[in-house]
Order: sequence, then structure tokens, then C-alpha cells
Amino acid sequence: MSKNIRNPLVEVKDLHVEFDVRDGIVHAVDGASFTIYRGQTLGIIGESGCGKSITAKAIMNMVPKPGKMRGEISFHEYSQQNGKEIEEVIRIDTLDPDGQRIREIRGGHIGMIFQEPMSSLTPVFSAGFHIIEAAKLHRFVPLDTIGDTMTKNIEAKRHVTEAEAREIAVDMLHRVGLPNPEQRVDSYPHQLSGGQRQRVMIAIALSAYPDLLIADEPTTALDVSIEAQILDLMRELQETADMAIMFITHNLGVIAEIADEIVVMYMGKEVERSNTIEIFENPQHPYTKSLLGSIPQIGEKEAQLETIKGMVPSPFDLPSGCVFHPRCSDYMPGKCDRVYPDYAEVSEGHWARCLLYDGCWPETSEAQAIKSEAA
Amino acid sequence: MLSFLVRRIFYAIIMLVVVSFVSFIIITLPPGDFMTQKIAELQARGDKSAELRIDEYRERYGLDQPLMTQYWLWASNFIKGDFGLSFEYDQPVATLLKQRFPLSVTLALATTAFTWALAIPIGVFSAVKQYSLGDQIATTISFLGIGIPPFLLALVVLYVAVVKLDQDVVGLFSREFVDASWSLAKVWDLLKHLWVPALIGAITGTAGTIRIMRGNLLDTLGQPFIEAARARGLKNRTVIWRHAVRMAINPLIVILGTETFPGILAGNILVEVVLSLPTMGPLYIEALLTQDMYMAGTVLVFLVMMLLIGSVLADIALAWVDPRIRLE
Ligand SMILES: Nc1ncnc2c1ncn2[C@@H]1O[C@H](COP(=O)(O)OP(=O)(O)O)[C@@H](O)[C@H]1O
Ligand code: SF4
Ligand SMILES: [Mg+2]
Repeated sequence: MSKNIRNPLVEVKDLHVEFDVRDGIVHAVDGASFTIYRGQTLGIIGESGCGKSITAKAIMNMVPKPGKMRGEISFHEYSQQNGKEIEEVIRIDTLDPDGQRIREIRGGHIGMIFQEPMSSLTPVFSAGFHIIEAAKLHRFVPLDTIGDTMTKNIEAKRHVTEAEAREIAVDMLHRVGLPNPEQRVDSYPHQLSGGQRQRVMIAIALSAYPDLLIADEPTTALDVSIEAQILDLMRELQETADMAIMFITHNLGVIAEIADEIVVMYMGKEVERSNTIEIFENPQHPYTKSLLGSIPQIGEKEAQLETIKGMVPSPFDLPSGCVFHPRCSDYMPGKCDRVYPDYAEVSEGHWARCLLYDGCWPETSEAQAIKSEAA
Repeated sequence: MLSFLVRRIFYAIIMLVVVSFVSFIIITLPPGDFMTQKIAELQARGDKSAELRIDEYRERYGLDQPLMTQYWLWASNFIKGDFGLSFEYDQPVATLLKQRFPLSVTLALATTAFTWALAIPIGVFSAVKQYSLGDQIATTISFLGIGIPPFLLALVVLYVAVVKLDQDVVGLFSREFVDASWSLAKVWDLLKHLWVPALIGAITGTAGTIRIMRGNLLDTLGQPFIEAARARGLKNRTVIWRHAVRMAINPLIVILGTETFPGILAGNILVEVVLSLPTMGPLYIEALLTQDMYMAGTVLVFLVMMLLIGSVLADIALAWVDPRIRLE
């Protein structure tokens, strides 16, 4: 489903997240820039530890302690007023992390589901309690002004009541395909399987009709057959809900199934971005190529990314130049270890960060001098 | 769940029987028991009527019978509400304890309430503001608190209050209410006195409970469901109190029946003695010193009964707050 008009929903510009820990500073996210468009599914792929989850949390303004965030994260809020669509841009990174505005966005405009469905629900509360809690925060109904029906103000809204929220909960559980939603709404997490819990998480996230669903490895902890079911469900719901998805995974097979566009991350940086077909058929970055070297079948788990030679470098001792050079099969000695490549559009809509492409050479005279050195 | 409770109560009753038997044995074990002493004393005086009375006791409590029979007699009378006679006071134990038992229970409950009312907020504060100055102060104070025995604290309070501040902290009632019948004014007077020993008794337990609460909460705050709750748009405060504290309290309930409450019962006995409270503690110590066997045995059984009931109630409370246990 390609959209003709690409309206930006979330824009991330030069995002950095750093953790000052005992052994040094971890640059968990190191200059990421990307845009998620309305209704689009953006896949984010990379080895574990490359900063995918932290990027997602930064978008929610929920960077865990002791993380520090720099850069720009803008959320575009679209709303209808007098029949016209208006757009408001909110700078998420500047909001008070516990303030009213960000709390409306969290769970309201941006829903999130997590990698650990087994422990993402509070064990002492029922499935319904969680959905009701979310619905009471983010779902509204128009407020009828009694008497003067002529000037019924559609702007005036009130939060849903407990009873209305419960109806929403049952309805959402029905939509995510949980059997017997009327009974299941009162089930506690320990009475549900992993797949059912993830369905409940999806129901919570979707209960507010968010503009964006961030799914952080939502199927990694699930069985293969359950994984396929959850992916089907997400695709199906997206079509009916007109919602963007930021789908994070370390599994190429899964991302091929669901994403319109893919961002490849390595050590806190984006190294390649393009639409899904292009990434699979015409990968540009050597890292992406090696990821694809062993295309996993759907259902194969874990093993696939381990096949890249070499180890993920220590975050405290990053290689000079291109951080991928110790593992790269196209490594150019004297160049890749000295010059840090720019992120550039190497062909129409296809971005990469690799010195094999002219556009990625920085403009600095130093870099240009190294470029012209004989190999 | 119901079968679990029935089983739990059944075990509690068996436990009570065993404890009552063991305590009876221990009480009758020392060679010079109260009866022999008293008989010797009376016989020396040649008091005829007293000897008759002693014969009556003998028969009533089966003192010349084998130990098992004596226990059986005592136990079967116990169930009927006849706990035996206090030789020291020459009165039925039941009469002596009638006023004191409810006051002991009240004190124990008040101490438990204080323990939690102090420990939970401080523990939450310490965890949420981990490593802050406030956390360090709370941690230091709780370490000190663990080290101070409650009776010592009671002595200090007694000294400061009576000698320095000229305040009345002894007992549970003002003079004019001691023998008065129950009224609202008397209850109020009780509350005015009760908080002092309750607070003293709570200090030690509070210190440990703060540390447990802090640790549990830090664990809980690292759980994925906390992040998920925040991602739903909840206020930080709501996430902490509704989700994190709610979960972190469960282990406190678990140790309530096995550690907190027993600790309070044991610690309170000496506090009660120091502050001469009209509760069971002072009578118990006295009975042990004078080998007043039925008194000591009865108090012990009552203490154990409070313990067992406390732990059954804690189990029920846990099942009530935790569906994983309730729906097992
Ligand atoms: N709370 C934290 N404190 C310190 N370092 C962290 C914290 N959370 C994440 N990191 C570091 O940030 C990096 C990126 O983590 P993450 O985004 O979770 O990776 P992934 O791509 O697997 O989701 C990792 O190297 C991790 O060690
Ligand atoms: S810049 Fe050099 S080392 Fe880095 S990916 Fe490209 S070819 Fe490999
Ligand atoms: Mg992750």
C-alpha cells in the first residue's frame, strides 16, 4: 500500500542518546535521522544493542536513566477543524517528560508494544483493567449540551466513563482476535498465553486509535506460529486503522513481511534506508548485504544475524572511521579506517553511509585528500 | 483457594495443639514448681483449710496424675474457657486475662499499622529518589533502627518523658479511666496512650520493612510492565503508586505473618513491662519468674494463637491482593 502524499508524522533529526556509565560513555544512538510518514510501516533493523529500543523510547520521551538525549524529535499532529485539516508540530524532545502534553501523545497518539509480552502487563490487574486505564485517558466522546441542541458544540468532549471504557475493552479484545472477549476481559495476565498477552498489549495500544504504533520486537519472544498470527493481525489492523507503524526487529524475514520502508542501523547509526523491495533486491551498504547473505526463512529465529563475521565492537572502544570497517568485506585500508562516511542519497530514495559511494565522502579537504590517495 | 484456606486453618489448629503441649511440658518441667512450693509452705504453717484447698486443686488439675493426664485436663478445660488458676494471684487465669488480652491484640495491631504506615512511604521515597540525600538519611536511620532493641528505646522514652518532660507515658489509661467502664472518652484516652508503645514497638520492624520495601520497589520499577504503563500515558505518580507499589507490597504481606507480626509480639512483651502496660506481657514475665504455670502456659498459648491467626489473615490478605495466588 504505497501512499501518494507523504505526510510526515514523526521526524527524527540528528538524535543522540548517551549513557554515562562507569566504564565510559555509551553512544546508544549516534546521530539518527529519519522520518515516519502517515500510514506507513517503517522497519528498523539491526543487531541487538545497536540502539533500536532506545530510539523508540526517545520518540516517546522515555529515555531510561541515566540516558541523555540530544537532537530533534517532532510529532506532527493532524486534526480536523471546520472541515479543514490542520497540522501542528510538537517538539517531543523539549517536552517535560511527565507533563500533560507528552502524556497525551504517549498512549494517545503514539502507542507502543514491547518485546516482553510475558511481563508487560501488571500481574495483579486484569487484561480489561489495562485497556480501561488507557481508554479512560485517551478516549473521548462528544459532550451534548443539553437544551440548546442547535449549538451543539462538537469541540466539547469528555473522557469516557468506566462503563464505556469497559465496552471499549471488550470490543478491542474482540478486534485483536482474543476468543471469548467478554470473559477474557477479566482474565489476569497469568491466565493468558504469551501470544494472548501480546494481543492484549496490541489492544491497549490501539484502544486510543493512535497515529503511530511503535512495535519493538513484538514477536521475538513468541513461537513461530504465534509470530505469524501476530504479524497478520498487525497488518490487518493497520489497514483498517490508517495508522503508521514503526516496526523494530533484528529479524530480516519478519521485516520483509510487514515494512514499506526499512532503516538499517549499526552501532547507533543508520547505515542504509530505502523501500523494502529495493533493500532486498539492491542493497547498497556492505552491512546490509551481509545481513541478507543468509536470508532467514520466516520462522527461523536468532541464528541469522550471527553469520556476519567478526564481533560487534565494544561501545567504549569504537573503531575509527567507518565503525563497520573491522567486519566489512569491502574494507578499503587507509580510507575506511580514517574517514567517517556521511549519510547520503546514493540513488533515488535510497540512502547509505559507505565510502564506496562518492556522495558519502565528507566535503572536508582532509577527507577529499584521503579520497584521492591511491589505494 | 477455599480448600487452601481450610487446609491453612487446619494446620494452624494442629500447630496450636502441639505448641500448647510443648509449652505445658516446659512449664511443668522445672522440679520446684509453684504447687510443690506452695504446698510445702502451707504444710509448714499447718494450715488445715489451705491443705484442703490444695487437695481440691490437686484433684481439679490432676496434679498427682501422670503428665499426659494433667495436660489433657488442662487442655480440655482450656477449650471450655477455664484456663486454670493463677497461684500467684489466687484467681482464675481467665479473669486476669479478660481485660489484658484485648489490649494486647490492640497494641499488636496498632504496632503493625504504625510499622506499615511508616515503612511504606519512606521505602517508596527511598526507592524513587534512590541515592539522594533523603534516601541516604532514611537508610542510615533504618540501620540504626534495626540495631536498637524496642525495650531499650522504651526505657529511653520513659526516661525522657517522665524525668525531662514530665509526661505520662506509663500504662494505657489515665488514672481516672483505669477502672472506668468503656465509653468514648475511655477509647480516646486509650488512643492517646497507645501510640507511644505502638510507635516504640514499630521502630525495629519499620527499619527492616523500609529496606524490604525499597528493594522490592527498585526491582519492580525495573520491570517491563512499568515502562508499558508509562507508555500508556499514565502520570509518573500513578505508575509508581498504582502499579509499582501495588506489586512491591505483596512481599511485605508475605513476611507480615512470618516475620513482622511475630517480631512485634515478641518485642512488645518487654516494652509492655518497661511501660507497665495493662497487657499480657508483664503478667507473662511475672508468671515465668514465679513459675505460675497455668498463667504462663495460657499466655503462651494466646500469643501463639495471635501469631497463627495473624499468619492466616496475612495469607488471606495476600490472596486478596494477588490474583496469581487467589486463582491458583
Ligand atoms: N538504561 C541503560 N543504561 C545504560 N546503557 C543502556 C541502557 N539502556 C540501553 N543501554 C545501552 O544502549 C545500547 C542500545 O540499547 P538498545 O536500544 O536497547 O538496543 P537494541 O537495538 O537491542 O534495542 C546498548 O549498548 C545498551 O547497552
Ligand atoms: S565505508 Fe568502507 S568499511 Fe565502511 S561499510 Fe563502506 S566499504 Fe565497508
Ligand atoms: Mg531492543
